[in-house]
Amino acid sequence: MPYALCFLLFVIGLYCVLVKKNMVKIVIGILVMEYAVNLFLIMLGYRTGGAAPIIDKTCLEPGTGQITASFISTSVDPLPQALVLTAIVISLGSLALIISICVRTYEKYGTFDITKIRRLKG
Amino acid sequence: MSVPLPVFVAIPLVTAFLLPIFGKKGKSVATLLANLATISLLVLAVVSIGQSRVYEIGKWSIPLGINLVLDGLSCLLLLAVSTVSTAAMLFSTRYMEQYTAKSKYLCLFLLMVAGMNGVVLSGDIFNLFVFLEIASIASYALVGFGCEHEELEASFKYMVLGSVASMFILFGIALVYGNTGSLNMAYISKAIQGSGLNAGLGFALCLFIVGFGLKAALVPFHAWLPDAHPSAPAPISAMLSGVLIKALGVYALARVVFNVFGISVPISWVLIVLGILSMIVGVFLAVGQWDFKRLLAYHSISQMGYVVLGIGLGALILARGGNTTWASLAILGGLFHLVNHAVFKSLLFLTSGSVQMATGTRYLKELGGLADRMPITRATCTVASASIAGVPPFNGFWSKLILVVAAVQAGFWGIAAVTVLVSLVTLISFLKVQRYVFLGELPENLRYVKENKNSMLVAMIFLACLCVLMGLLVIVPSLKQSILDPAVKVLTDGVEYSAKIINM
Repeated sequence: MPYALCFLLFVIGLYCVLVKKNMVKIVIGILVMEYAVNLFLIMLGYRTGGAAPIIDKTCLEPGTGQITASFISTSVDPLPQALVLTAIVISLGSLALIISICVRTYEKYGTFDITKIRRLKG
Repeated sequence: MSVPLPVFVAIPLVTAFLLPIFGKKGKSVATLLANLATISLLVLAVVSIGQSRVYEIGKWSIPLGINLVLDGLSCLLLLAVSTVSTAAMLFSTRYMEQYTAKSKYLCLFLLMVAGMNGVVLSGDIFNLFVFLEIASIASYALVGFGCEHEELEASFKYMVLGSVASMFILFGIALVYGNTGSLNMAYISKAIQGSGLNAGLGFALCLFIVGFGLKAALVPFHAWLPDAHPSAPAPISAMLSGVLIKALGVYALARVVFNVFGISVPISWVLIVLGILSMIVGVFLAVGQWDFKRLLAYHSISQMGYVVLGIGLGALILARGGNTTWASLAILGGLFHLVNHAVFKSLLFLTSGSVQMATGTRYLKELGGLADRMPITRATCTVASASIAGVPPFNGFWSKLILVVAAVQAGFWGIAAVTVLVSLVTLISFLKVQRYVFLGELPENLRYVKENKNSMLVAMIFLACLCVLMGLLVIVPSLKQSILDPAVKVLTDGVEYSAKIINM
C-alpha cells in the first residue's frame, strides 16, 4: 500500500510536468517526482520498529566478532539512506540551475507561460 | 602499460575545478591546460586499447564497494569521447573568444567529459546515475551558455525532459535494488539470472528504456534534441550530438539491457522499432529544415536510429537462438556506426560553427557560394557529408554496408530496404547543404568573408582525416580485433558479464 501511494505521488509529479503551463509549476512537478523516488528508496530499507544500523559491542557475536543474526534481521538497511543523500545533493544542484534559467527566461520574455515562450519551431 | 582507471575521471575533474581560478587574465593558460587535459585523455584511451580489468575504489571488494570496469565496450566509448573532446576543445580555443567567461565554459566542458568517462567506466548502477547527472547538469548549463532568448528556452526544455529521464532512471534503480538487494551490475545480473524477471524488475526495465531513450533522444522521446543541440555553441553541439547522447543514452541502454537484464525477444523488438522510427522520422524532419545546425540535429536522431537498430537486430537474432555470426555482424555494424557518427557528426557541427563564425548566420537561404572563400571548411564539410550519407570509401559507408549485409543475411529484407532508403534521403538533404552553403551565388554581404584560422582548421582537418581513415578499422584485421571485436563480444556474451566481473 505505501508503495502504491508512493507511485501515485510520482505520477502526480509527472502529470504536473506534462500538463502545467507555468515554468515554475513544471519545476515543482519535477521536485515532486524526485521526492517520490527518494521516499520510495527510504521505504525500501525501512523496517517497522527496526533498530538503527549502528554496530556496537552488543551486536557482535562473543568470541568470533561476527555481527549477530538477530541484529541483521532487526536493523534498518542503511544503504538507501546514503543513496537518498546523494540524490538530494544532485537534485539541489539541478534545482539551482533550473530556477536560475527560469529567472533569466522571465527577464527576457517577461512571462512564465511556456505557451508564449515559443521561438524554436520546426 | 596499465593506466589506473580513476585517472580517466580524475584528470578532467581536477582540471575543471582548477580553471576558474585563472579568471579573465589567465585565459590563455586555462585554455592550454584544458587542451592538455583532453589530449592526455586521448593518449591514455589509446594506451588502454585491448585491456580489460576491474578497479575497486578504496580497496573495498565488490559487492561492498564501488568498482570501475574497463572492457571492450567501455574502451570503444572512451576512445570516441576523448577523440571528439580533443577536437572540440581545439576548436573552442578560438571559437569561444566570441563569448565572455571562457574559463567557466572550459570548466563545464571538462565536467561533462568527466561525467561521460565515469558513465562508461562505472560498474555500479547508482554510480552510473551519479556520473550521468554530472554530465547532464554540465550539458544543461552549456546549452544555455549564450543566455539569449533561444538558448534559455532550449535549455529549459532540455532540462525538464532530462530531469524527468533522470527520475525514471533513479526509480528504476530503486526497484532493482529492492528486488535484488545489490547495486553492483554484476551482482544484479547474477540475482536476476537466479530468480528470473518478476513484475517489479520488468517495470524497472521499462523505466530504464524510457529514461535512457529520453537521454538518447530516440523517437518518440526526441522532442528536446532539435532545440537543444543547435542552441549550444558549435563545439558543444559537436560534443552533445557526437558523444553525449551515445554515452548517456545508447551505451547505458545497451549495458543495462544486454549485460544486466539479459536479452529477450520482446525487448529486442522494442529496440528495433525505436531504431526504425528514429531513422525514418529523424531523416524526414531533417530534409525540410533551413537552419544548418537544426538540420544536423535532426540527422543525429536518424543516425542514432541506425545504432539502436543494429544492436536490436543482433539482440533479436541472439534471443531467437539464430546464427551468432550474423548477430555479431549486426552489433558490429551498430557499434561501428556509433563511433563513425561521433566523428562525422562532430565534424559537421564544427564546420557549421566555422561558417557561422565567418558569416554570422546559419540560415541556409542567406548563405551561398562559400566554396572559394572558405576552401578548407568546404572540403572538410564535403568529406563529412559524404560519410554521413554513406558514400564509399568514407567511414559511414562501411558501417551502413555491414548493417545491410547483416539484415539481409538474417532474412530481414524490409529492414535492409529501410536502411538503404533512409541513407538516400540523408544524401539528398546533404546535397541541399552543399548546394545552399558552398555552391551557388555568393550574396553581396558575404563578399569579404575570410576562412577561419589555426586551431579551428586543425580540429576540422583532424576529424576529416579520421573520416577517411576509419574504414581501416574493419578492413585491417588486427585493428578490428583489437578495437571493435572486444566491444561486440561484450554485448554478444550478454549476462556472462556478471561471472566475468565477479571472477576477475
